[in-house]
Amino acid sequence: MSGSPLLALEDVHIGYGWDARSVTPVVRGVDLTVAAGEVVGVAGESGCGKTTLAMAAAGLLDPPGRVTAGRILFEGADLRAMSPEQLRRLRLAEISMVFQASMNVLNPVTRVRKQFLDAMAAHGVRNEDEAIARAREMFDRVRLPQRFLDAFPHQLSGGMRQRAVIALCLVLRPKLVLLDEPTTALDVVVQRSIMQMLSELRSELGFGVVFITHDLSLLVEVADRIAIMYAGQVVEEAPAKHLYGAAGHPYTRALMSAFPPLGVARVRMEGLPGQPPDLRRLPPGCAFAPRCLQAVEGTCDAVAPPASSSEGHRVVCHLYEPKEAPVG
Amino acid sequence: MVSTLGAPGVPAEAEAGQVPALEVVGLTKTYSVGKVGKPKIVRALTDVDLCVARKEIVGLVGESGSGKSTFARTVALLEQPTSGTVKVEGVAVPSRPGSADLRAHRRRVQMIFQDPYTSLDPLHKIRYAVGRPLESLAGLPRALRRGRMEQVLGQVGLVPPADFLNRYPYQLSGGQRQRVGIARALAAEPTLLLADEPTSMLDVSIRLNIMNLLLDLRESQSLSMLFVTHDLAGASYMSDRMAIMYAGHLVELGPSAEVMGQPRHPYTQLLRQAAPDPASQFGRDTTFEARGDPPDLTDLPPGCPFAARCPHVREDCRTGLPTWRQVAGGHQVRCVLYGT
Repeated sequence: MSGSPLLALEDVHIGYGWDARSVTPVVRGVDLTVAAGEVVGVAGESGCGKTTLAMAAAGLLDPPGRVTAGRILFEGADLRAMSPEQLRRLRLAEISMVFQASMNVLNPVTRVRKQFLDAMAAHGVRNEDEAIARAREMFDRVRLPQRFLDAFPHQLSGGMRQRAVIALCLVLRPKLVLLDEPTTALDVVVQRSIMQMLSELRSELGFGVVFITHDLSLLVEVADRIAIMYAGQVVEEAPAKHLYGAAGHPYTRALMSAFPPLGVARVRMEGLPGQPPDLRRLPPGCAFAPRCLQAVEGTCDAVAPPASSSEGHRVVCHLYEPKEAPVG
Repeated sequence: MVSTLGAPGVPAEAEAGQVPALEVVGLTKTYSVGKVGKPKIVRALTDVDLCVARKEIVGLVGESGSGKSTFARTVALLEQPTSGTVKVEGVAVPSRPGSADLRAHRRRVQMIFQDPYTSLDPLHKIRYAVGRPLESLAGLPRALRRGRMEQVLGQVGLVPPADFLNRYPYQLSGGQRQRVGIARALAAEPTLLLADEPTSMLDVSIRLNIMNLLLDLRESQSLSMLFVTHDLAGASYMSDRMAIMYAGHLVELGPSAEVMGQPRHPYTQLLRQAAPDPASQFGRDTTFEARGDPPDLTDLPPGCPFAARCPHVREDCRTGLPTWRQVAGGHQVRCVLYGT
């Protein structure tokens, strides 16, 4: 296994459609790698393909969703070549996913304990004492009192439920955890304490993380590397600190300024005009060109933008020149 | 693209003698829950005082369950206050209003709801949503309604308005729906808008557009606004003053730059510390600790509601509710740490 990254997406294309002739492309040629213990953030607007990408990386994509091209390598093995049974063994045990609406993830009519036992039994931990011991240990780690193992989901608050779901996702010690907007539905104080807990757990347990969110200001705090997606493509990828200081793509800059800064003099900021393109009728050039204030007519709207990269900072834009002093 | 806003804090017209757009004194709202014969009282709002001056935007900030939406809904009379007075433009709202009083109140006070996906009737066209207030509140003759509908749709940036009148909600994007929600609220020409988390369901890229629209409408329509949110950054961007709510109590009130720049109440400090703030990041202390949870509203402690979680708690915090203290011009805090 040495040498291959934990997760490697190679030119992944994903589309939705029952009929091969009318597939809507949702992810269009994404390359992304996650090393063991690394936190990679994926940010973008609704509909940019970030959740679809994560579902495919977790082997959870169901028809009409389909990986139409490319490879999804987990420790060097292609998920696309695996049988449903192989995928089933992989999920939760090796790759687990925390969803946005955790309240809808737990079964409302069974106690939390039973859901832990079922999940572990499905992966071969059939000794109940051992399973309970592992569930208790995980509850300690996410700082939930053990007595809540005997609770029904509705007896927990939103933040506690999300902690329980995180505990469930980590109980089999997966190597890769996909977090899809894990704190969006939560209050800011709860969000902060869950983020901190996740970062402690990661340093203790050493799993790799793909963190999906639309909240770029949160992402620059928690991620090692950030990929910005627009209309199914990664338009910029960079180390988090680099991205915050020197965003190269106009879309990244627009996303950054979508969050008003705290505690400084109030200055009027402009939002992003327009809407993402219809993925069935993509423009010939850069997908962002119709909304881009800096778009150059005849170039951006006509020719697909090239990718330029230096020092791990990759930008897909006609206007980006990596040699220049960083802007922003 | 960058222009400075007017001086935050004191609104331009908040001079002496002006009747405030909204004046709330001692507002308390309780609900009865639990088993028959053994009811529990949920204290959703406890003795809340808050004024909104004309053309002022006040941000009401708190976590889920803090009572901020209940406050807005009670001001809008979607809930009946248990006690306390609500005055809009100096006119007290009767505690059991008749239908004429209620209609007059609704004309002055309109709400923008959080979720543009569920607050519009999916079976009716936009003309219905925007036209109803014209009929029932403004009493506009039928012949004039269409012109007014097109006018308000234009004001919220849905152009050409005539196109939007005949569309159904499902044909609109989330941002467009929220604009319809704003147009509906504006239709009866209110003076006070109660915006209950108007951007939280929207995509990040369009939140700023909706907030800018509300700021522009404040100027062009001379509106006053209560902006209810849990998003500190959004609140400080939108509001002249911010009010921080915890467990149904206001705990801090002041000019936004003051409250965010120098938060005084330990709860406000906790919120401020928890908010993502990339500008001050990298090497931020990782000692953030949110001790405990908000108190049970059916069993509130006698003293400060934050006492159980407060790192600076003293004995007198647990016995009585602290009084309001002035810490700077227009900046008040309800905490024993600041003088008497």
